[in-house]
Amino acid sequence: MPDPIIRVVELHKHFGRVSALNGVNLEVQQGQVVVIIGPSGSGKSTLLRCINHLEKPTHGHVFIEGVDLEAKSTNINKMRTEIGMVFQQFNLFPHLTVLNNITLAQKVVRKRGKEEREQVARQLLERVGIPEKADAYPGQLSGGQQQRVAIARALAMNPKIMLFDEPTSALDPEMITEVLDVMQDLAQTGMTMVCVTHEMGFAKAAANRIIFMDQGLIVEDTTPTDLYENPQHERTRLFLSKILH
Amino acid sequence: MSVKPEGSPKPAVRSRLTFSEQMRHFPWWAVIMIAGLAIAFVAMMGNPQYREALNFIVRPPTSTEMAFGIEVRNGLMMTLVTTIVAYLIALIFGLLLGVMRVSKNPILFHASTLYVELMRGVPMLVLIIWIGFVVVPFLRLQAGDAFPLTNVQGAILGLGFGYAAYLAEVYRSGIESISHGQMEAARSLGMGYVQSMRYVILPQAIRRVVPPLANDLVALLKDSALVSVVAVPEILQMARLYVSRTFRAFEGYNSAAFLYLVLTLAFIIVVRLIERRWRSNA
Ligand SMILES: Nc1ncnc2c1ncn2[C@@H]1O[C@H](COP(=O)(O)OP(=O)(O)OP(=O)(O)O)[C@@H](O)[C@H]1O
Ligand SMILES: [Mg+2]
Repeated sequence: MPDPIIRVVELHKHFGRVSALNGVNLEVQQGQVVVIIGPSGSGKSTLLRCINHLEKPTHGHVFIEGVDLEAKSTNINKMRTEIGMVFQQFNLFPHLTVLNNITLAQKVVRKRGKEEREQVARQLLERVGIPEKADAYPGQLSGGQQQRVAIARALAMNPKIMLFDEPTSALDPEMITEVLDVMQDLAQTGMTMVCVTHEMGFAKAAANRIIFMDQGLIVEDTTPTDLYENPQHERTRLFLSKILH
Repeated sequence: MSVKPEGSPKPAVRSRLTFSEQMRHFPWWAVIMIAGLAIAFVAMMGNPQYREALNFIVRPPTSTEMAFGIEVRNGLMMTLVTTIVAYLIALIFGLLLGVMRVSKNPILFHASTLYVELMRGVPMLVLIIWIGFVVVPFLRLQAGDAFPLTNVQGAILGLGFGYAAYLAEVYRSGIESISHGQMEAARSLGMGYVQSMRYVILPQAIRRVVPPLANDLVALLKDSALVSVVAVPEILQMARLYVSRTFRAFEGYNSAAFLYLVLTLAFIIVVRLIERRWRSNA
């Protein structure tokens, strides 16, 4: 097997007395689409945020393409350009137009010229299905449209990995599919994706791997079909029965 | 279906307000104040002693004073120059301090906090006296004639750097009011802390604190009278000079109060317009 693009080794994260991660080990290969599920507070977001170093691990290491994020010599900003992140609350920049949301980091990080970065932005808006919203402000968009802009904004850096933290949880039901469709298209292009989501339709259609976390640990790591048909642990079974009704 | 007669004017939305609501919204206080000031002005101009006092403040018989390359010709202008220069210093240095106050770097955080608490812990009047009678004379003694700062400039700098501490707290609260997700989103795109501050956090934070910043301009205008204590020839100082020469305290100080009211009213109107513009944009 080739070297994993993400390697998480014995990851611990404590917030004061609360321990969010208790020794997580995980390897993700290039092109894999991994879905993470688990009860609230099980450490899913914390794991994702450690992978792009928004959270600094208490112990353990995260390697991206073999580079240790904890190492002093690592340029964390440079590493983050390789890792796009999509948040539950979109976190678009409200003072900038949709176009400028997508071009800002291209300008200040990638140092792309105006024409190039705007072309990239417009192509991405086309790809997520809202080319006509380039000059709108985030506040003028629906939740689903905002989340698609957020995906375009992350993709504009040409990341090798995309992290999604409950990208559809803040959306009205009728907007969930438009975001999932974009994610599914992205999965088909061979993007490495780690998605915290309880959208089981998406997991079945797009993921080759599903991970169940509980109490800061990976309890089960398998394929979506296996997980539903044959969960190995009682905890997994209980959780699935709750979310699948 | 009822048909409206052709050409009947559409009722404006405003007219839905009740009479008392309309009265509540109309800026009566400003009308009354302006009318009062206008009457006072006419009355003063009809009185030779008031005319003399106002003249003394607004058009002094003698010298001009240089402050930061600006030729200041009279007390009114000195008040305006003091206010505006001190405000610009406070706006810029306060922003720097405000950003340092939210910094994770312990040196930047503690240095800025120390500065802010020191400045806010000393009455502005004491600060100005201290700069005027201790710092500037001491530096002048050290540097001799080469010392570039006049008394007036020292006092203006003191006011500006003192106010910077207050504005720093305004900026800080603005920065802290921006959701944490904004910084995280910027950082997740590979932008550094400084870049994220500059392009994502500050533009939003500053927009949010424009109204309180504008209010502090009015407060600074009134506090500019404090520099009279080190003999900066602004409105109050010129009024004092007039009174000490003529012993006409009534005319001198009434004229000063009148001029301050005119200025603050003008500033408040500008500030309200800015606020209104801002609220409709936000
Ligand atoms: N910044 C923080 N400060 C303190 N405690 C935190 C912080 N972030 C997370 N935690 C705690 O760490 C634990 C794991 O949180 P995390 O957000 O990773 O869970 P999650 O699986 O994403 O849950 P959810 O489904 O609710 O999003 C929780 O107990 C949470 O309260
Ligand atoms: Mg979470």
